[in-house]
Amino acid sequence: MTRLLKYMRPYAGIVLISIVLLFFQAIADLSLPTYTADIVNVGIQQGGVDTAVPVAIRETEMDKLLLFLTDEESEQVLANYTLVEPGTSDADSYLEEYPVLGDEAIYVLANDDSETIDILNPLMGKAFLIVSGIQQAIDDPESIPETEGGFSLANIPEGVDLFAFLGNMPDAVLNQLRTQMDEGLAALDDDMIIQSAAVPIQAEYTAIGIDTTSIQNNYIMRTAGIMLAIALFSGLCTIGVGYYSARTAAGAARDLRKALFERVESFSNYEFDKFSVSSLITRTTNDITQLQMLIVMVIRIVFFAPILGIGGIIIAMRTAPSMWWTIALAVAALLILIITVFGIALPKFRIIQDLIDRLNLVSRENLSGMMVVRAFNTQDFEEKRFDKANQDLTDTNLFIARVVAAMMPGMMFIMNGATLLVIWVGAHQVAQLTIQVGDMIAFMQYALQVVMAFLMMSIMFIMIPRAAVSADRIADVLETESSIKDPNNPKNLPENDRARIEFRNVSFRYPGAENDILHDITFTAEPGTTTAFIGSTGSGKSTVVNLVPRFYDVTGGAVLINGVDIRDVTQHDLRENVGYVPQQSLLFTGTIDSNLRYSDDNVAADVVQEAIEIAQAEEFISEKPEGLETEISQGGTNVSGGQRQRLAIARALVKRAPIYIFDDSFSALDFKTDSALRKALKEKTGDSTILLVTQRVSTVKTAEQIIVLDKGRIVGKGTHDELMETCSIYQEIAESQLGIGDIAS
Amino acid sequence: MSENKTRERNNAPQRGPMGHGPAGVVEKADDFRGTMSKLIEYLGQHRLSLVIVLIFAIASTIFMIVGPKILGQATTLVFEGIIGELRGTGEGIDFGAIQNIMLTLVVLYVISSIFRYIQAHVMAGIAMEVTYRMRKEIAEKINRLPLRYFDKTSQGEVLSRITNDVDTVSQSLNQSLGQIVTSVTTLIGILIMMLSISWIMTLVSVIVIPVSVAIIIAVVQQSQKYFKEQQVFLGHINGHVEENYSGHNVVQAFNREAESIEKFNEYNDTLYTSAWMAQFLSGLMMPIMMFVGNIGFVLVSIIGSFLAIRGAITVGDIQAFIQYSRQFNQPIMQIANISNVLQQTAAAAERVFEFLAEEEEIPNTESPVQVNSFKGHVEFKNVEFGYDADKVIIHDFSVEIQPGQKIAIVGPTGAGKTTIVKLLMRFYDVSEGAILVDGHEIQDFTRHDLRSAFGMVLQDAWLYNGTIMENIRYGRLDATDEEVIAAAKAAYVDHFVRTLPDGYDTVLTEDSTNISQGQRQLMTIARVILADPRLLILDEATSSVDTRTEVLIQRAMDRLMENRTSFIIAHRLSTIRNADRILVMRDGDIVEQGSHNDLLAQDGFYAELYNSQFEGEVPEANQIA
Repeated sequence: MTRLLKYMRPYAGIVLISIVLLFFQAIADLSLPTYTADIVNVGIQQGGVDTAVPVAIRETEMDKLLLFLTDEESEQVLANYTLVEPGTSDADSYLEEYPVLGDEAIYVLANDDSETIDILNPLMGKAFLIVSGIQQAIDDPESIPETEGGFSLANIPEGVDLFAFLGNMPDAVLNQLRTQMDEGLAALDDDMIIQSAAVPIQAEYTAIGIDTTSIQNNYIMRTAGIMLAIALFSGLCTIGVGYYSARTAAGAARDLRKALFERVESFSNYEFDKFSVSSLITRTTNDITQLQMLIVMVIRIVFFAPILGIGGIIIAMRTAPSMWWTIALAVAALLILIITVFGIALPKFRIIQDLIDRLNLVSRENLSGMMVVRAFNTQDFEEKRFDKANQDLTDTNLFIARVVAAMMPGMMFIMNGATLLVIWVGAHQVAQLTIQVGDMIAFMQYALQVVMAFLMMSIMFIMIPRAAVSADRIADVLETESSIKDPNNPKNLPENDRARIEFRNVSFRYPGAENDILHDITFTAEPGTTTAFIGSTGSGKSTVVNLVPRFYDVTGGAVLINGVDIRDVTQHDLRENVGYVPQQSLLFTGTIDSNLRYSDDNVAADVVQEAIEIAQAEEFISEKPEGLETEISQGGTNVSGGQRQRLAIARALVKRAPIYIFDDSFSALDFKTDSALRKALKEKTGDSTILLVTQRVSTVKTAEQIIVLDKGRIVGKGTHDELMETCSIYQEIAESQLGIGDIAS
Repeated sequence: MSENKTRERNNAPQRGPMGHGPAGVVEKADDFRGTMSKLIEYLGQHRLSLVIVLIFAIASTIFMIVGPKILGQATTLVFEGIIGELRGTGEGIDFGAIQNIMLTLVVLYVISSIFRYIQAHVMAGIAMEVTYRMRKEIAEKINRLPLRYFDKTSQGEVLSRITNDVDTVSQSLNQSLGQIVTSVTTLIGILIMMLSISWIMTLVSVIVIPVSVAIIIAVVQQSQKYFKEQQVFLGHINGHVEENYSGHNVVQAFNREAESIEKFNEYNDTLYTSAWMAQFLSGLMMPIMMFVGNIGFVLVSIIGSFLAIRGAITVGDIQAFIQYSRQFNQPIMQIANISNVLQQTAAAAERVFEFLAEEEEIPNTESPVQVNSFKGHVEFKNVEFGYDADKVIIHDFSVEIQPGQKIAIVGPTGAGKTTIVKLLMRFYDVSEGAILVDGHEIQDFTRHDLRSAFGMVLQDAWLYNGTIMENIRYGRLDATDEEVIAAAKAAYVDHFVRTLPDGYDTVLTEDSTNISQGQRQLMTIARVILADPRLLILDEATSSVDTRTEVLIQRAMDRLMENRTSFIIAHRLSTIRNADRILVMRDGDIVEQGSHNDLLAQDGFYAELYNSQFEGEVPEANQIA
């Protein structure tokens, strides 16, 4: 993975933007539960009352509250309230809002900025709690618990106005009472106090005649508005991340694909042999697509999961710090589940591919050997062989499927179990008044988010190594240098239409091979002559001619053109001088014309025409309704083998090069065409040097020089007649081709 | 042999890089209904297991769905308890009741998980069993299909049915079938639970669905366009890459690297645009759906709070409802996705069933001739044959061959020399006339008996991935090791085998480079020696064999032919000269027959062919082999 990082550098900026967006998304996603909790907590449970500081309170009630505040605190409270007496001008403006104002004086909150509220909250909240507690005691004396010693409300004689009574008590007694109450309420934090005060405040609002329903509605609407805004923000962040990750992934894929293709185009045959064509194709296409998906996933999940997970933990801890261990437990259970399931399944996963290959192999063998199978009546045997492979694969698949099947139910159980645990533990904490119900619900959601984040991360940890294989395969190619390089100070090949090719004690060995495949090859090919190479498969005849355009470099000796070592000129210059017809006559997508003009798009029409004539391709091209404009499909599969070969020959001839190489290029031609072609070639190519590889004795017969190769050595050099006299291997070859042996005898 | 034509499978769109996602391009079956009913029929024998799957899936889903509602009661208890305590009107939180609820839930969740596992476990069993059966049936079907079938179907295509198509069916059975059941159950269950809490809130939640659906459709349509474009340009790129890599030498020899790269970049840049657009658009779906879901949540909360004020609903119920409504989207998306998966499954299953329904070889005769041993007399009587019914290639061919005679088949490459072989062994049936072996029409034997009379050595030395011992024993499966080694000696391959480190236990693989083509050929000869048939079919072509091995092969073949009626696809002059009869083939037809001297005297195609070889440049002549 890291090996490809430099290709990601241009995208560092937008990846960074993505991460910032993900960060915002995580914050938004994490704050959403707070608002959903608020809607339930405050909006529904507390009737929309979200502070212990009432907007208005009757004077009588305020007096009761003030009883339980110190003088200093009372001052603070009163400083923020305005007393409105009934019948005053102020009262008229408030009357509609607070109908009770017709009969009673009320205090109206003058400053509702959040600073003031924060200061007043604990003071008034506590006072509300005490007052409502006492009120409750008055209403239902039975409920008052007996307290030992000190001051007790129970000692107050019946029928006495408790608050008036308290008001008349000496300060010392009141102070004692306050301290006692404070101790009792110490366990409550501000939110708790607000939650508790909400009930008497709602009662007070009702008494004043305030429309409590609208308070509630307003609160919910306001919170919902914020919530939707956050959701929208989160959605926009997600879309932004989607946009940037798509551009990053597609862009990096494009860059890599380009780099890879350019790299492969510079490769010599060594590298092609090393990687194999099909593997290079897969790397340029499939592996890159894999990587593209990986990049998207990395940005959207690998980066996001930790942000979400850590953020979730932080917020959850803030909501209910004492319950952290429930999250830890759930995550641990999840990890254990994943490790167990994959620990059991992974070894089997590894052998699955082998079993599939085995099944494929057996099927392919059955198909390719169909006639043999039927000839030997071994259908049952084949079926048993297949059945074994099938059974093995099925058993392993079934095992994996059943192990992996435990994932879903296990995960569901962990999630649900975590929810239960949070509620059970949370309920006790609520009872102890350490957290609120809404916090418990919010915590539950955070816990699930954290568990989900860990789940995402662990799945990625399983998936990334697989995708990383693709990355490695791509990096392997990108880090490979072509082993055939141009010289630093290239010489020029003499401008000459004549090219004398000389092999001087050339030996050659494929990289990594133990033995040389060519030994001590020495010969000279003169301009205007044909040198033919013949020998059985594996004798090295194709290898010899492939050394001329430097598809490979010699490992010993030298190849010279007009006295210049071909390694001293640029590959481009060298190849400008070579007309090459490959063994597999591969054509390119396009038209016949575009293929013939492959060496030079602007070549004159009569040059093309002459090449067509020499290659004996005129007849079949003119028979095609669209002639030269006939479409050629990929690989040239829509023309026959013989036609393809003739087009490949014509393509090389259009180049009008001093050297022509025909690597077994007449194999698909019939005798007549073969001989006519060679005759025309001889006439038209004039001074060109022709190197020709073939298996056919009849094809080499007219060559000025025939080189017979056996196991990489020259075992005969001369004309047909000379070799028939002197070279036993040549005789054997001739003999094995019907009729030739006859002449010799 | 007629050319293998691959049916246009390549045109089938591949899955986009998003895989199964609803935005990918989906391949469709021609006959969705028919294929699906066939698939259901195919699942028939697993009826009981399927019912189990269904019951457990539904049960586990129901338990899972009931959870939030009961959990809601717990929250309500906590909530009311704490409020009661604060107001001083209640006894505080009733932990006894909560504990009961918790215990109920634990039991419920455990049962639900176990049920879901049972469902997945059984379903995996069904899926794998079906996969196994399909593969087995395909493999067996291969052996019953006439060779004719493979003229028009490539190996790769059959292989892809055994692996890819069967895999697709298996996967969707394993994953999707359970998912369909659970999704539908979840959807219905959640709907019922929501209704049981509040119909108004349910209505609000449901109203959001068409919005989601509309958005999904709009996004899918947009992204589909780019996915298709992406597919097209991926195709261009792949084509260009394949072409330029496999023609690398040509590109280099013609100094065309720069032009090739230029064209590649052109494709690559277009691909880039469609790739990120497709990716981006399909990625839009989730956030939009989430936002719509959140709108639903808010609506539900608002209505819930109004209801709560009136006391029509408890806070716990609201909480439960919210959980339900959040789960509502998931099964909807799954169901939307399932239709795609089903389409893919149907397309794959259709190909499998199509293959299984292909016409098989004409069955063996009801009352076959009983044979103990063959003499080796063969007669072709006015045989007519064509690979295509409307294109007869062999016209009215007759010849009688006595036991022990040698028949050489000659003709240029592509003249159809193997046709005779295929007819003799009844790989194909003649259209007119008859072929008789020992006086009986070959259709009157069972194929097994007829084929056991022949031994065959083809140019392409077919050996399978097994040891050398196993491969030679292939000629007669009940042969002892000693018999196998004796056959190997007779085929001059014993010596070579003993030079291998593992000897007869050497495993032959496709790329075992230490065993040459020639040695492989010798092993196939040993195989036939072991089978000891009365009639022989030999292909002499030994193009890629070194001279020494070739001599061994000749000698082994000569030994094999002794006293056996032999049909030789001949390449050697000596074979042809010594043949009792030569069949000369051209363009699929047998144009001449007779001995070497007779045919030369006729001065026809054979003479022309023969002469062209040593004169080299005779017009009108094709090459012999």
